[in-house]
Formats: sequence, structure tokens, C-alpha cells
Amino acid sequence: MELVWRYHGSLLRLARTYVNSHEVAEEVAQDTWLGVLRGLDGFAERSTFRTWLLSILLNCARSTGVREHRSIAIGAPGPAVEASRFDSSGNWLSPPQHWVEDSDDRLFAETLSAPLRTALEELPVYQRQVVLLRDIEGLSGHEACELLDISEANQRVLLHRGRSHLRQAIEAQLAGA
Amino acid sequence: MTMLSFRGDQIDCQELVELITDYLENALPRKQSRRLAKHLAGCANCTEYLDQMRTTIASTGQLRADDLTVEMLAEVTSIFRRWQGEAD
Repeated sequence: MELVWRYHGSLLRLARTYVNSHEVAEEVAQDTWLGVLRGLDGFAERSTFRTWLLSILLNCARSTGVREHRSIAIGAPGPAVEASRFDSSGNWLSPPQHWVEDSDDRLFAETLSAPLRTALEELPVYQRQVVLLRDIEGLSGHEACELLDISEANQRVLLHRGRSHLRQAIEAQLAGA
Repeated sequence: MTMLSFRGDQIDCQELVELITDYLENALPRKQSRRLAKHLAGCANCTEYLDQMRTTIASTGQLRADDLTVEMLAEVTSIFRRWQGEAD
């Protein structure tokens, strides 16, 4: 059961990128555990358990996701930072302000968790998946490429756009606070 | 350090913010990576920007401590029980 504690949240998050409702995501996650139990013998140490688990989830989610007919938002590739913040020679006009981190890191993280979650939800699905796998699940770029079946270059572009959007969200939050 | 420092050889701040992920991923060609590092060394604003990206990544990582509800866990636990029942 410890496995479930450790991974069920990961499964739900990734499943939600494929299906619209939390309920369906929950079903997909449960299907995944069933797949895991059935396939446990087949788990050779080709990959880490986490990667293997997530690949089962993706298979379950894709088949469900097709039925759900989730629209895939491509998302306009806006700049990482708005052009108006630079002068004509590309220097900062409105430079980034130092983020005063609370001495208590946990408090800082708590302040940011709501806006970060919202910002994650706003990301186009592929960007969200890459950010989830890389920055939340802690997978390597290579592992993320394999799971999502995308090229390394593509993975980096998605990661870049996703992270840039999250940075903007934190910036906006701290500016408004 | 040469006097012939062409504009095209340098990375400006606006370019840097678009290259920062490739830089962090060690995916830039060596020459470009050196240019970027050089820019960072002389630009407090971009250094701040890099710090912000690092903080963003770290803060996103904190979301892992997740909001599993008791109901969800009960649901999954029951799957395991059923499975154990089948296996017996």
C-alpha cells in the first residue's frame, strides 16, 4: 500500500491531462493499478518503477482519453517574457524583481501552490505533461521523451514554454501580494 | 577578450530568457553556452531571472506533496483487496 501512497497522486495528475473530469481520472488511475498488479511479473528492471507505472497509466489514459474526446490546445507560443519589458536592443526595461523568499521555505511554497496549480491547469496539455513529468515527477528529459513519444528538442520547447508560464504566474502572484 | 566584439556574437537579455531552459538542460552548443554564461556574469537582471527560473522549478516540485483524499485511498485499497482475493 505504500506504493499507492507514493504514486497515486502522480497517476491522478497525469491522467487529468488526458481526461476532463476528476472522476474519469480516478477510474484511469484505478485501471492503472489493476494493470500494474497483472503485469508485475512482466516488470523487468528495464526502467524505473515510476517510469513503468506511468507508461501503464498513459496507455490506460489514452484509450479513455479518446472516448472522452479531449480537445488538445496547441496554445500560442508567446514569449517567455513580454517584449514590452525589453528595449529595442534587447536589454531589460522592466527587469525581474528579487523574489523575497520567506525565511520559511515551506511557507513560501504554500503561498505559491495555489497559483502554481492554476497556472499548470492553464497550460496546453503537452506542456503540462512535460512539466508534470520533469518537475513534479522528477523524471529525466530522456524518460519524458520516451513516455510521451516526442523528440528531445520538442520536449525542451514544451518544458521551456511551460516553465516560463509558471514563472510568470509566480511573478504575478508576488507582485500582487 | 577582443576589441572586435560583434553584436551578433553576443546574447542580449531578451534572447537569454528564451535560451534559459536549453542552458539549464545543458542542451546549448558549447559556444552559445559560453556566451550565455558570459552574459550572466555581467548582468544582474538576467542572473535574477535565472534565479527565478530555478525557484519556479523548485516550487513546482513541491506540488508533489499531494492532496490525496481519504476516499481515493479507500477506493484503491479496495482494488488491492479484491486482487488479493482473486489471487488466493
